[in-house]
Amino acid sequence: MRVALFATCFNDTMWPNTPKSTVLLLERLGVEVEFPFEQTCCGQMFTNTGYAEEAIPGVRQFVDVFGDYDAVVAPSGSCVGSVRHQHGAIADRAGDRALRSAVDALVPKVYELSEFLVDVLGVTDVGAYFPHRVTYHPTCHSLRMLRVGDKPLTLLRNVKGIELVELNGADQCCGFGGTFAMKNSDVSVAMGSDKSANVKETGAEVLVAGDNSCLAHIGGLLTRERAGVRMMHLAEILASTEKEPA
Amino acid sequence: MTLTHAEPAPSGKPPAGHPHVGVTSTFVGMPKFPDAARIELANTTQRRNLAHATGIIRDKRASVVGELDNWEELRLAAEAIKNRTLRHLDDYLVQFEENATKAGAVVHWARDAEEANRIVVDLVRETGSDEVVKVKSMATQEIELNEALQAAGIDAWETDLAELIVQLGDDWPSHILVPAIHRNRSEVREIFLRRMKDVGRPAPEDLTDDPRRLAEAARLHLREKFLRAKVGISGANFAVADTGSLVVVESEGNGRMCLTLPETLISVVGIEKVLPSWADLEVFLQVLPRSSTGERENPYTSIWTGVTPGDGPQNAHIILLDNNRTNVLADEVGRAALRCIRCSACLNVCPVYERAGGHAYGSVYPGPIGAILTPQLRGTSSKVDQSLPYASSLCGACFDVCPVRIDIPELLVHLRTRVVDEHRGGRPTAEAAAFKAMAWMFGSHRRLEAAQKAATTSNRFFGRRKTIGAIPGPLAGWSSARDIPVPPAESFRDWWKRERGEQEPRS
Repeated sequence: MRVALFATCFNDTMWPNTPKSTVLLLERLGVEVEFPFEQTCCGQMFTNTGYAEEAIPGVRQFVDVFGDYDAVVAPSGSCVGSVRHQHGAIADRAGDRALRSAVDALVPKVYELSEFLVDVLGVTDVGAYFPHRVTYHPTCHSLRMLRVGDKPLTLLRNVKGIELVELNGADQCCGFGGTFAMKNSDVSVAMGSDKSANVKETGAEVLVAGDNSCLAHIGGLLTRERAGVRMMHLAEILASTEKEPA
Repeated sequence: MTLTHAEPAPSGKPPAGHPHVGVTSTFVGMPKFPDAARIELANTTQRRNLAHATGIIRDKRASVVGELDNWEELRLAAEAIKNRTLRHLDDYLVQFEENATKAGAVVHWARDAEEANRIVVDLVRETGSDEVVKVKSMATQEIELNEALQAAGIDAWETDLAELIVQLGDDWPSHILVPAIHRNRSEVREIFLRRMKDVGRPAPEDLTDDPRRLAEAARLHLREKFLRAKVGISGANFAVADTGSLVVVESEGNGRMCLTLPETLISVVGIEKVLPSWADLEVFLQVLPRSSTGERENPYTSIWTGVTPGDGPQNAHIILLDNNRTNVLADEVGRAALRCIRCSACLNVCPVYERAGGHAYGSVYPGPIGAILTPQLRGTSSKVDQSLPYASSLCGACFDVCPVRIDIPELLVHLRTRVVDEHRGGRPTAEAAAFKAMAWMFGSHRRLEAAQKAATTSNRFFGRRKTIGAIPGPLAGWSSARDIPVPPAESFRDWWKRERGEQEPRS
């Protein structure tokens, strides 16, 4: 099986540790991962802000870069959601039937990390070790666009040494929402403050999620308050071992 | 005496005073959503009231929906019935008109708000009456009927309890189902004491904020009007084509008083309200109360068909209202919004609505459904209508609860695209220019790498700091309350290159 990593542009640039952990984790599980260098961005930022026209080249590029792989894995529910639910409509907008067919053929092979681990590899215990108090925020796009359900939680529960605590109002949006965080900054901060208050209430040392953008928003509020909670991507915790702790 | 919108309401309001909030062309002066929301967010009483009330309704809804093991099938059925009806809307409307006429009602067709209001005003004048009692109706709010009646010297009395609170408070509704959701009972007491005396039976002087006492004061105040009024005005939740019947569902029974006591009944009905048959109605009478009030069945279901001699109103008029609905129908994606049955479940789960409240949307239809319906009905020429499709974080909670499965996030994105596309061609905004530049950057991995290099190089300026605090410039909106992470010293692809070497581009 030829597996490609879609690092996503945000992770690639701002949170390199997340795709790095994804690679190390997958290799530990015996998967050989390739990183096609031509990849850039899924185009969600464009699509969700209304710039559908500007998103077309990104969809072409995505199909060109990943079309030949058996599976594409990304450590981001949001970017996978964009590929799965928006690339088809963008191809339609381009009026390009060949592109639409290419998208339709590729989309079923694109997985968010927890989906790939549980559904494709059939693994729920990845042999991780992380002896800390952790709470999990199910990001909206993982939860409602991809319907990953409790796959991330199942993976976390099987981490050795972890103390997993429930987050109040877990399924409520943190208020990030891409450009929403800028365009409606006041409402976004009001939503994020309620989320960060719930996080603090858990007494967790670490907040984990499958999307770094949501974590950057919640974390941005928590570090401003010097709350002392660490933000970590799911991939980083799953990659953590006794030999090489995160 | 007529209530006027002269004095400002006590709660936090957009600075423009009372803009028109219907979807008619007279609507003016509403600030765009982010500005209106900022003002509303500062109203902590409202925020507390909203969080409390939506929390209760959310839980009730979830529990009664959970009782049904066929809930998803009901949703699918409701969606399918609405889609089928909308596909053949012309046929069903004509069928409805024929059957309603046969039963003794007079059916009028109104292209827009102005036409609908003119028909109502003329009909009321024909009766010689200068007042009407109203059962809560979104359609009449949409066309700003109360304002039109007021201009014609006709008093319109809202009889729904929450609607009465809003009207007496010189306020405007903030929720589809619970128009006064932003008010608490001490505010209601104050409004009743202050205004009831000006327009009819005064509130008792020793009125407390006990809900029973408040309801009693409203009941006595309204009874006068019910017994006196010659004309009732209603909307309709559904119009059944195969019998020409109209359906109103409500919780208080005040609506039934308006529907049965007056001699003349005028119903303003959006053309999308039609259902083919009673068998279809069955599905909606299950999904509507569960979605809206979290009840298994709504307390009052009134169904009437034309006129029955000697029983109820002897003159029944039905105004079928387009007001841009056919334009919405013409948009293959946007038309899904016409499936809406105004249950307001999407408002109650929306984290944006919960914080900003209904007024910030500048429309009779607030919340997620308002954000997609209003810009379609009203067009996207004004600042507020351009901002409404962006008044969402696209979290998707609204779609999950929608009983007719309107994919609200998809429609929001569709309308955002419309807003952006409508502004193409002229001088590009700063945002459009930025997105164009980003599209160029993402167009090739070499250009992306150059941009990454700039970011990772900047890392050295921050020493051992991990976050950046408040900064001016384009990121000020973000950094006013949130720290920004310092870019890492090395991008992922540089790490890969260093560790594994660059792979040959695959042929």
